[in-house]
Amino acid sequence: MSLPKHARVVVIGCGIVGNSVAYHLGRLGWRDIVLLDKGPLPNPGGSTGHASNFIYLVDHSKEMTALTVESVRQYQELGVFTQSGGIEVARTPERMQELTRRMASAKSWGIEPVSLITPVEVKKLVPYINEKIILGGFSTPGVGVVDSLRAGTLMREKGVGSGAVHVAANTEVTGIDVKAGRVNCVRTNAGDIEVENVVVCCGVWSPRVGLMAGAHIPLTPAVHQMIDVGPVPRFAGAKSDIEHPIVRDMDTNMYERQAGGDLEIGSYAHRPILYNPEDLPSVQQAALSPTEFPFTQADFAPQMEHALELMPEIVGDEKVGVKYAINGILSLTPDGMPVLGESSDVAGLWSASAVWVKEGPGTGKTLAEWMVHGESEIDIHASDAARFHEHQKTRAHVRARAAEGFNKTYGIVHPAEQWASNRNVRLAPFHQRERELQAFFFEAAGWERPFWYESNASLLDEFGDRITRRTAEWDSRWWSPIINAEHLAMRERAGIFDLSAFTIFDITGPGALNAVQGVALRQMDVPVGRNVYTPVLSTRGGFKSDLTIMRLGHEQFRVVTGGASGMSDKKWFRDHLPADGSAQLHDLTSAMSTIGLWGPRARDILSAATSDDVSNDGFKFGTCRSIDIGTVRVLASRISYVGDLGWELYVPMEQGLLLWDTLWEAGQPHGLAACGIGVYGTTGRLEKCYRAHGNELETEYNVVEAGMSAPRVKAEDFVGKEAHLRHREEEPAAILCTLTVDDHTSKGGEKRYMLGREPIVTRDGKRLVDRHGRGSYVTSAGAGPSVGKHILMAYLPPENANAGEQLAVEYLGESYPVSVAAVGSTPLFDPENLRVKA
Amino acid sequence: MKILVCVKRVPFTGGKMVLAPDRTALETRHLGFTISPHEECGVEEAVDAMALGIDRAIHLKTDGSEWDGEATAAAIVGAIRADEEASGPFDLIFAGNESADAGGYQVGLRVAYALGRPCATGLKGVKVEGSSVRCEQDTGTGRDVYVLPLPAVVTVKEGLNLPRYPSVPGRMRAARKPMTTLNRPERAEQNLRLVELSVPGGPGRQTKLLGSGASAAPAVVETLKEIGVV
Repeated sequence: MSLPKHARVVVIGCGIVGNSVAYHLGRLGWRDIVLLDKGPLPNPGGSTGHASNFIYLVDHSKEMTALTVESVRQYQELGVFTQSGGIEVARTPERMQELTRRMASAKSWGIEPVSLITPVEVKKLVPYINEKIILGGFSTPGVGVVDSLRAGTLMREKGVGSGAVHVAANTEVTGIDVKAGRVNCVRTNAGDIEVENVVVCCGVWSPRVGLMAGAHIPLTPAVHQMIDVGPVPRFAGAKSDIEHPIVRDMDTNMYERQAGGDLEIGSYAHRPILYNPEDLPSVQQAALSPTEFPFTQADFAPQMEHALELMPEIVGDEKVGVKYAINGILSLTPDGMPVLGESSDVAGLWSASAVWVKEGPGTGKTLAEWMVHGESEIDIHASDAARFHEHQKTRAHVRARAAEGFNKTYGIVHPAEQWASNRNVRLAPFHQRERELQAFFFEAAGWERPFWYESNASLLDEFGDRITRRTAEWDSRWWSPIINAEHLAMRERAGIFDLSAFTIFDITGPGALNAVQGVALRQMDVPVGRNVYTPVLSTRGGFKSDLTIMRLGHEQFRVVTGGASGMSDKKWFRDHLPADGSAQLHDLTSAMSTIGLWGPRARDILSAATSDDVSNDGFKFGTCRSIDIGTVRVLASRISYVGDLGWELYVPMEQGLLLWDTLWEAGQPHGLAACGIGVYGTTGRLEKCYRAHGNELETEYNVVEAGMSAPRVKAEDFVGKEAHLRHREEEPAAILCTLTVDDHTSKGGEKRYMLGREPIVTRDGKRLVDRHGRGSYVTSAGAGPSVGKHILMAYLPPENANAGEQLAVEYLGESYPVSVAAVGSTPLFDPENLRVKA
Repeated sequence: MKILVCVKRVPFTGGKMVLAPDRTALETRHLGFTISPHEECGVEEAVDAMALGIDRAIHLKTDGSEWDGEATAAAIVGAIRADEEASGPFDLIFAGNESADAGGYQVGLRVAYALGRPCATGLKGVKVEGSSVRCEQDTGTGRDVYVLPLPAVVTVKEGLNLPRYPSVPGRMRAARKPMTTLNRPERAEQNLRLVELSVPGGPGRQTKLLGSGASAAPAVVETLKEIGVV
């Protein structure tokens, strides 16, 4: 059959992802879908063909869990899911603690049933395990195995059967033409197809295919070693592919699963073996399949010992041989998340890449919803293909982080864990000063940001008992009590903050007002010199983002947003620019540096450095304008994310150091302290109950639920308005509340401090679920040094959203009493907001 | 009893062969390697005879280019002579009847000739009986049987036995066995010159989907009839 000359969308790749994307696009009403693969069907030779095909349900990432659960639903519907149960076993006490975290994540995301079981109980379920070397297991009965090739085939056939999908196997894409920034034509060895959209579902080949259109899909092919041993006497006469739970030997980064009469052993423990996408063989060149490389025995030697220890009955059996062994090739990304959505490099070029079998069909559905409706049911901001900053698209970065992440596949990863590789790639102009102050750096979007300063250790004595110490290693990992000391120094005097990681862009031109008006919830037709903090909504009225927009001129608006979501936000604004070209977007992130100055003495300090009027009358809260600080012209914006008097000061990058030094000197008589992001992002923010994107603010929650409705809605149209108006009429299904911990004492008598994402439950341990089925969990957690409490935020069903309501939080296997301290956005600290307006 | 098995590293036999641009070698960049199937049978037979695993190995590490049977045999003979001088003679030497890649049918014979030992080739049955070895050779219509006095050289064929997959403990033991590496053994004069390689034409591996589910049954029956199974 010849290729169509035109298609609404060409989906490239017939692995689990491509088949699923094509099927769901058809299901949602699209037609003229062409699905291609360079290989033969049903197994074209990509990673799906050699996948181990088992699905564990619980992940600490809410997004990944949601995609996985949806995928299992689809696999079950297709009749290709075999439930086997799965047990993650622990060999170390650290892992046992980690398994209690798995329990918590299961409860937060609603995965039931799950349980922690003893070695003897593990042995009952997995009779061939050596229970003597394990301390326990985390059991998920809902774990299972799928036939991913069959699932793909069924979805493809449904797509073809409905008349929506045209399939062409053995058809290789040789080029993708781009016209005026948009995909225009897919060239193949069987003819060209004019297109409106292209979806790259090419797994390990995606970077190569993306580049044909000039789009970067940052992932690297990497080896995952697997061996198959058999025949296993115990499995002789197996009636199905799997009859025993799959075991994940977490501490050795390995898994063992029955595969019919054999046992399959896989590993993420060997050295990272990375390839470049252009080094993969073609279907013609490949000896086996293009993604099954010759086994490198030496890399697997230690893993054999581990497998032998755990399953001596099978692995130690001299009659059980290694029948098959491969270096399977799969995709790794620099941050461990998939690459989903439209590229920010080329319009109409979508990626559904670095997706594993366990989340394949859910991803296909999600991406199709995004393409058809502009938004998906599941919030996938952490997987957004547009999230990457330029340096994150470089090969060196992708390889460094993929190599570092590989051995953490089953790792115990702390919520605040920092990457070790490829650091110091973006430095603030005053970075040297920060080093002199012994900053402890965290990374955000490549920027090195002080999280606290060791030189502030002296403040610990000053504030004495007001600073809570943490004794448990896990609670205090990636943390310092100095954060709380810096917080108090800011609240009593003033703090200077490095905010260089902000993403900053201007919208200019005659159409600028309309452009920003169309994406911002709040009124943007404000006088020049006003700053506006505004939610940015998705079409269904959830939170796409929240950010600040300053009106700097009649036709100039400056958007300031966080580093993590900066690139996605930039794409969102760019996508909503008027089609007539009357407004433009200019990225100023690398041109401007930002310093925050807050605290009761902030005005005294700024006055000492400038002759401009910065009095309360002369420079009102919510305004911005240029002031002179010595020879530096600074854009000062009176706003605060920490709840104190002060300014964000925007300065040309090359004068940033000068500004820092000037403020530092002016601040010394006033006791100015350098403060880290620990104060800015956690303690200061939480005391004020300010929300953060990705924590409280996601597309799954709306403005009313987040307690951020304004008295009126502007008359002008904006994205999500219709939904927002509807939300204002409904009873909210959940209400964002601030809770405080009543008692931190564990059964062992140690004070424990939650870190976030833990389930909020009733005092007798029952999950709280709202009428949309969303469970309550801690969206943000951290100290409130000025209020003397450990603060948690969580969405609660309305019936539980009462001040004083007694609830509990589950942390590392124990329950701690908490109470609702505030319903909605009323701050715990300075509820009248007198300080920011002082 | 001391037994030596000669094995050659050959391209993974189930894989697809791709030629290098000059057509005098295989493109090995994406290739896995294994030992020839005939030689796997030799290993299995030896292991079986000894009721033990292999206890040491000698690795003749060449320059990586393809050696003809004459040069290969000369290098092996050199290694055997050196080893026998140090550790005593081998009672029985196994070789594959031919390698899976070059298929020269030369090495076993040449080794036997150079060592002055009796040799039987193409064997489907080998049994040590006291100080001799009973050798069975398929003739198509029956079996020829030879009895050779030890020490001797035999070359064996697939079908001699069913080689087992190495077990995990076996692999772990093997990794701990001593291996002597002889780097770059002297390459004897080659009288065979490789002109060009070609991959046999034909349809290659082809898969035809007959359908799925119950509706595929008639096509399956038809195909079975076509190939004369039913």
